[in-house]
Amino acid sequence: MLAYLIRRLFAVVVMLLVVTLTTFAIFFVIPKWAGADPALLFVGKQADPAAIEGIRQKLSLGDPVLVQFWHFVQGLFAGRDYANGTDVTHCPAPCFGYSFRTEQAVWPQLTDAMPVTLSLAAGACLLWLVGGITTGVVSALRRGTLWDRSAMTVALAGVSLPIYFTGLLSLAIFSYSLKWVNVDYKGFGDDPAMWFESLILPWITLAFLYAAMYARLTRATMLEIMGEDYIRTARAKGLRERVVIGRHAMRSTWTPVLTLLGLDLGALLGGAVLTETTYNLPGLGRLAVNAITEKDLPVILGVTLIAAVFIVVANLVVDLLYAVIDPRVRLG
Amino acid sequence: MKRSSRSRRIAGAAAVVGALLATAACGGGSDEEGSGAGFNAAVKGVAAKSAKKGGTLKFVNKQEFDSLDPQRQYYGFAWDFSRFYARQLISYTPKPGNAANELTPDLATSTGKITNGGKTYTYTLRDGITWEDGSPITSKDVKYGIERIWAKDVVSGGPGYLRQVLDPKGEYKGPYKDKAKDKLGLKAIQTPNDKTIVFNLAKPNGDFEQMLAMPTGSPVKADKDTGAKYTNRPFSSGPYKVQSYAPGKSLSLVRNPNWKKASDPIRPALPDKVSVTFNSNLEAIDRLLIKGDYDVFLSATGMTPSGRNDALKHNKGNVDNIVTSFVRYVDFTTKVKPLDNIHCRKAVIYGTDYKSLQTTRGGPQAGGDIATNMLPKSVKGADDYDPYGIVKRGGKADLAKAKDELKQCGKAGGFSTSIVARSDQPAEVDAAEALQASLKKVGISLNVEPIQGSTSASITGSPAVMKKRGYGLSMTGWGPDFPTGQGFSQPLIDGRFIEQTGNYNVSETNNAEINKYFDDALKETDPGKAGAIYQKMNHKVSDLAVQMPFIYEKNITWRSSRLTNAFSSAAYNGRYDYSQLGVVK
Repeated sequence: MLAYLIRRLFAVVVMLLVVTLTTFAIFFVIPKWAGADPALLFVGKQADPAAIEGIRQKLSLGDPVLVQFWHFVQGLFAGRDYANGTDVTHCPAPCFGYSFRTEQAVWPQLTDAMPVTLSLAAGACLLWLVGGITTGVVSALRRGTLWDRSAMTVALAGVSLPIYFTGLLSLAIFSYSLKWVNVDYKGFGDDPAMWFESLILPWITLAFLYAAMYARLTRATMLEIMGEDYIRTARAKGLRERVVIGRHAMRSTWTPVLTLLGLDLGALLGGAVLTETTYNLPGLGRLAVNAITEKDLPVILGVTLIAAVFIVVANLVVDLLYAVIDPRVRLG
Repeated sequence: MKRSSRSRRIAGAAAVVGALLATAACGGGSDEEGSGAGFNAAVKGVAAKSAKKGGTLKFVNKQEFDSLDPQRQYYGFAWDFSRFYARQLISYTPKPGNAANELTPDLATSTGKITNGGKTYTYTLRDGITWEDGSPITSKDVKYGIERIWAKDVVSGGPGYLRQVLDPKGEYKGPYKDKAKDKLGLKAIQTPNDKTIVFNLAKPNGDFEQMLAMPTGSPVKADKDTGAKYTNRPFSSGPYKVQSYAPGKSLSLVRNPNWKKASDPIRPALPDKVSVTFNSNLEAIDRLLIKGDYDVFLSATGMTPSGRNDALKHNKGNVDNIVTSFVRYVDFTTKVKPLDNIHCRKAVIYGTDYKSLQTTRGGPQAGGDIATNMLPKSVKGADDYDPYGIVKRGGKADLAKAKDELKQCGKAGGFSTSIVARSDQPAEVDAAEALQASLKKVGISLNVEPIQGSTSASITGSPAVMKKRGYGLSMTGWGPDFPTGQGFSQPLIDGRFIEQTGNYNVSETNNAEINKYFDDALKETDPGKAGAIYQKMNHKVSDLAVQMPFIYEKNITWRSSRLTNAFSSAAYNGRYDYSQLGVVK
């Protein structure tokens, strides 16, 4: 187990290095090959030739690409200075870049936005797991009943309806008309009650979308597993149905659910773009959208990197959890 | 029995959903006027006039500020907003409508004393003007602030007009590279004492004071200048100072206790606090405004279609139909055949159904009035000149005249060309398609070419690209940086402004008569006389048929019931003069 963990952690580090190198190449090298000036992309909307030259100096774009990459990686671990003559800007470690648009380092913007996205993803994840798996299991066990058909119809609607529809509808009904909830986001530390209130609708809306997928996946997996020999054996041994389902069938059902969860949660932690934009949640997704609108490339780069880290780490956690939920899986 | 129970459940569920949707649709009540000061109250005059102080004035916006640094701002709403914390020697008069375009002294005791044949402007600073730390604002602070716009590599983004008139050769390199000990090496500005500042222009420019009234003319205290980072915490010379700023999230201003009302003839400083909240959802912004959570949509670019329908239906008294000073128009590329022929251009003008173009922009209320010439009504020299009789025929196309012009152009059967429209401005693409449909009736085949707005500088801004690709028309819009013929028209139509990249004179008009009108108007220090020259210039532009304006833009703007002293100011493109606003509590 320990050897496996070390191997996987090493693989994660290599993967993150590859991700960093790829991201760096996408933002700094490919534009150069395509004939575009990276300085022009980094300067944002204020494309005055003098301002572009200032950025070129600050990013040391005249240096060889490998030297630039070294500065980039160095910034992540030791911080770096962006210097243009006497105009020196220090970006402390971990330096995920510096926004020349807002004149602020990117990392504090990311750490500011992260708790919001984390709150959204964790709450919604809890809801969709409970809702989706329960619905899927009950549907599988009551296959063909009114419950099954209704649940699967709702699930189909959930998968099909985009967030910007369900989100706006929920806002129109529960916030603007009935005024049951206030959706002005407040941090947990500032006002826990307001934090909870502002996230109820986003949680439910996001969970509705994902729960639908999980319900359909759980139902399909469960139906397949219930026909397996070991389930028949468990029943033949005289085990109670609750034990057969809870202890034997559910363990196998968890494996595909967890695989999907790793991918979904990783992607969501990188920013739930539509949900955050619809509900005006100042998370990573909205930060990315704003950055795209404002042509703020350093922030886009920062969000891309952090999203990649989340996906890699989430998948590592899922791989480790396989061994816990399914004794057939041996790590090593 | 089972079936009947199921039907009842379905019917019950449908009734609940229907009721919820109906509740949602009904929105903010059934009162037609609502509790506002009345429809267009802030366009006709001052809505809810009051001198009551206190409360928080709450702005909401989708778009982020381009900068809070007065020398780096170029967004119109940022200019309007910056008067809360930045003052200039002279500024715009706090009066409704076009009266706002008159300049009035702010930090200075009077408008400039003009000598040396219009090349020297001298100002004396008022007593009692202070920074937020209580220290006096001096003429050197004003000079230093203006000098910052020369440091284009650090303080980028703002307009460069002052650079062009004070140092056209670009000899000065900005205060950060200034070898002088006090960093005040710009020769064109002299500060003989702390109260006097003298500007020496390279050549006369009657609009110099307009340029000084922009936020780029604001003072900056040298020891508080943080260079590029000044945008996050500008040091206040106005009645409010920045309390906190989180880009993309919120901005909060609180009273500057060291600002003295007696020193400021412009700002009443009514609210105790001014807040800006950024929201990524335009629909939500409208709903929150109607709900009463916020007072003003900061960028004032108009409500969404559903928001304005709701507002006009249930709360008309909270709505203003403002004129924005923007003109929506089509440029004819006069170097692309057959648009090099005036008759072919006139054929397009006569063949255009202006009504349908107006509809694509939102109709007369949310889109604007049909335009007959290029100058917006807020600019001196504007009139109703309509050489093609557009208003007379109710904006409809005149097919007979269009065909006659086609004959004179030698294209009796019509012709084909392309029109460029920015795809990130859907209304421009819609208008281009409406134009395509109306010109088809006279045999002119228009190919709509959507382009990314971000690439427009290298496409419509490049005469060579326009010619190479055969783009005969370009759908676009323009608003004045300052309300004069120079501020609106010169980059668009003066032949000496044709650039190889980043060109705005897309029609490539280089007419000696027009160019001379600009030269003559710039020498005039009397705005009325300059306006008369710009009027002639504008008539000439219409006669040459090089541009086809179709809308004087208007939009629907929400005014909260809490808001006092709201009026639409022509100096700020029809927005409320934010420095004058107050709230009921």
